[in-house]
Amino acid sequence: MDAIKFVEEQFLKENTFPEFRPGDNVAVSVEIVEGDKKRTQVFRGDVIQIKGSGRSKTFTVRKMSNGVGVERIFPLASPSISDIKVLKRGKVRRAKLYYLRELVGKKARIKEKAFTKKN
Amino acid sequence: MNGIIGKKIGMTSVFAEDGRNVACTVVEAGPCVVTQKKTEDTDGYYSLQLGFGEKKAKNSSNALIGHFDKANTAPKRKVVEFRDFEIDKGIGDVVTVDEVFAEGDVVHAVGTSKGKGFQGVVKRYNFKGVNDATHGQHNRQRAPGSIGAASYPAKVFKGMRMAGRTGGDRVKIKNLQIVKILPEQNLVLVKGAIPGHKGSYVILEKK
Repeated sequence: MDAIKFVEEQFLKENTFPEFRPGDNVAVSVEIVEGDKKRTQVFRGDVIQIKGSGRSKTFTVRKMSNGVGVERIFPLASPSISDIKVLKRGKVRRAKLYYLRELVGKKARIKEKAFTKKN
Repeated sequence: MNGIIGKKIGMTSVFAEDGRNVACTVVEAGPCVVTQKKTEDTDGYYSLQLGFGEKKAKNSSNALIGHFDKANTAPKRKVVEFRDFEIDKGIGDVVTVDEVFAEGDVVHAVGTSKGKGFQGVVKRYNFKGVNDATHGQHNRQRAPGSIGAASYPAKVFKGMRMAGRTGGDRVKIKNLQIVKILPEQNLVLVKGAIPGHKGSYVILEKK
C-alpha cells in the first residue's frame, strides 16, 4: 500500500486554487482540446459536495441551465482545470447539499455568508 | 526477448498530459539476479535465467542453494528464463527495470489469475444463459443449454465447456504500455490491469 501512496504522491501537483467549501459559488475554468485548438470553458455554479482525498479528491458543481439542473464532477488534481474562482461564500449547514436537487426556483438559493474570510 | 520479474503492488490512476485519467497497475519490478546463462555451445540456444524475491535458505533444497551459490546470491523465490535476452549480462549480475524498459514501451504481462473457485458456465466461458426471465422460463437463467445430440453420437464430446474450477491460470495480457518508471524504487506503472492478486508474481516481457 505504501508503494501506491508513494506513486500517487509523485504525480500530485500542488493545489494552487483558493480554498472552497460546499455551498460556495465557484467558476471553474476547464481547458478543452478540439482537434489542435485549445479553448477554455467556464462552468459556474454551486459546490454541492467535496469528497475523497489526495489524488482522487473530487468536487461537484451544480448549476441551472435553461431550467434544467446540470451537475459536473471535477477531479481536483485534473490538469484540465486551469482556474477556480470563488464568487460567493455560501452559508449552509451540511457537507453534502443533495437536497438542492429536489428544489427549484427561489427555494434552491443558498444564503450568502455575512462575513467571509479573506484569502 | 527482454523481460523482468516483478510483484504486483496494486492499482491507481494517473492523469495524462491531455487530461485523461489513465488506470495503471503498479509493479515492483526487479532488481533481478542473473542465476544462469545458457549459450549456443552448452545448451543449443542463448538465454538468461533471472531470479527474484527473497526466500529463506532453510526452505530451499540443497540443490537450489547450490544453484544460487554459483551466482553468489541468496535463494530466490521466482526463477524465470528469458530467451535471447538483448542486454549482455554475466552470472551474478543485477538486472534493473530502467535497463530493460523505457517509458512508452509496449510490454506483455504474464501472471496467475485470481482463483474464482467452482463457477458456472456464464462466468467461466461467458455463456449467455437464457436471457428471458418470463415466457415459461424457470430455473434456467444461467443454464448452459444443450451439450450435444442424443442417440447419435450417444456421448458428450471431450472438451465440452461446462462448469468447474475457474481462475488460477497463467494468463498473458498483451500490448500494455509502460506509463512511468521510478528506478530508485524499482517501480513500474503499466497501463491497464494485470492478472493476479496483490503481491503475486508478474513477468513483464518486452514486445
